[in-house]
Amino acid sequence: MNAEPHSQENLRDLYRELILDHARSPRHFGKLDGATHSAEGINPLCGDKLRIYFSIDTNGLIDDAKFEGSGCAISVASASLLTDTVIGMHTGDAIEFFSTLVARLAGQPNPGGAEESDLDLGKLKALEGVKEFPSRVKCATLAWHALHSAIRNESGPVSTE
Amino acid sequence: MNNQSDNVANLTIPQHPVEKCRDDFPALQQQVHDHPLVYLDSAASSQAPLAVIEKIAAYQSHDHANVHRGVHTLSHRATEAYEGARDLVRTFINAGSRNEIIYTGGTTESINLVAQSFCRPQLGRGDKILITHLEHHSNIVPWQLICEQTGAELLVAPINDAGEVDLESLYGHLESGVKILAIAQVSNALGTTNPLPEIIAKAHSHEVPVLVDGAQAVPHMPVDVRQLDCDFYAFSGHKMFGPTGIGILYGKEALLDAMPPYQGGGDMILEVCFDGTTYNDLPYKFEAGTPNISGAVGLGAAISYLQTIGMQTIAKYEHELLAYLTAQLGEVPDLRLIGTASDKASVQSFLLADIHPHDLGTILDHQGVAIRTGHHCAMPVMDFYGVPGTARASLALYNNRDDIDRLTAGLATAREIFG
Repeated sequence: MNAEPHSQENLRDLYRELILDHARSPRHFGKLDGATHSAEGINPLCGDKLRIYFSIDTNGLIDDAKFEGSGCAISVASASLLTDTVIGMHTGDAIEFFSTLVARLAGQPNPGGAEESDLDLGKLKALEGVKEFPSRVKCATLAWHALHSAIRNESGPVSTE
Repeated sequence: MNNQSDNVANLTIPQHPVEKCRDDFPALQQQVHDHPLVYLDSAASSQAPLAVIEKIAAYQSHDHANVHRGVHTLSHRATEAYEGARDLVRTFINAGSRNEIIYTGGTTESINLVAQSFCRPQLGRGDKILITHLEHHSNIVPWQLICEQTGAELLVAPINDAGEVDLESLYGHLESGVKILAIAQVSNALGTTNPLPEIIAKAHSHEVPVLVDGAQAVPHMPVDVRQLDCDFYAFSGHKMFGPTGIGILYGKEALLDAMPPYQGGGDMILEVCFDGTTYNDLPYKFEAGTPNISGAVGLGAAISYLQTIGMQTIAKYEHELLAYLTAQLGEVPDLRLIGTASDKASVQSFLLADIHPHDLGTILDHQGVAIRTGHHCAMPVMDFYGVPGTARASLALYNNRDDIDRLTAGLATAREIFG
């Protein structure tokens, strides 16, 4: 009887403490000097605009990652969590995180129709609250699409539209 | 003396029966996320009253056929409905002739039509087109396109911090070979109402024709194109409680007469042979192909609905409601109002603390409050204020004070969530 309406629970789930913390104090924020890879992500719907930088060694190991730009709490927190997650990771593993996260947030547990990924997303699970907010999935995946584009060395900004 | 006569005039304007009016809109009778819907996004697209919905359904159920073709009964009924709506539009904006009322797909198409058909043939290098900094993208990009096509130059009159057009600068530009001034009556992002009678008179004194983007004005105030003396006036059905995909271009008959067609096809011709084609008369010259007949019928029904209430009544009611909205938002701590012109209509943009507008939009939506967030198709305005976007509450004849109280309560919840 006294419980919050369902919609309010969803809101608390979307804006959980970890997300708000990363949105307020984004980690690895700024330009990365000596970056080997970079890409821009634009979400024209809400004006999110992020540029993400990587320093990747010849073995494909991500030595460092940073991002700059502006956006809503979800897109900034997601970019911050991304950099936290992929530093020290091989690019192949980072791409696996990308496809697993994108598929789970879109409510498709089997990326590309393949076997269900049992990858443990760790603290990226904090982004799963976005599943109840279809219009915000793009915000949560923007930085990840930019990562994909940067690693593939695609030119031109990626858009979530 | 003037004030006194204004007061007397105000007294004779009837009270707007807002609660009865709300009952006319089926979309407003629903719950969103377990809360009764508060719709504060009419500047993007308004809801339709049952009268409009039923009129379209009746037309589609009984009277639909192609217009201006065939001798059968349904074709005759469809033509009468379509042309009858044109007469309603003419009366509504007080145009001199039904030949001056062109159906289009909306404001955007109306502006593109003028850019391509009126301006392009007379533009060359060294010519100029004048707009203002507060225009919607649809009153910027069509002009950029013809500038690219002709080598003409686009001039932009600046705005001040309140969001008002700098008139001195605007008038200064008029002296430099401008071929058209294209300007909004009401800014969709800021709510600024431009002093059009003065601006149009000034432009005409330099023999510069004026196109008015009236999309945000027509649903909120009486519009009289002959009193304004504008050369073109563009607006959309879906922002004035009608359907999407239908809009109007008003143009002075002499100008429209001299313009070449915008698109070719059926209905815009008198005679076609491979040696050449004779174009149809106004207004059909600009209406190629089978038109949006049910859209026109719906637009006509929306106009009838508005006329029943009266545009003076609506304008007075919304003026008071906007004052209440602005005052209530002013009470919210850390809220920054964007767009504080002295003469405004129906729109208030704002930012709350450092909360991104998109987050604000989601939190409000989950309390049943629909607002617009983002750049409002006016990116230059956002750049001017140095913000990526704003939250925008926009009012219409069906909003009441309770809606505004629900908005401010929702903003308090957002503050709570973001700490």
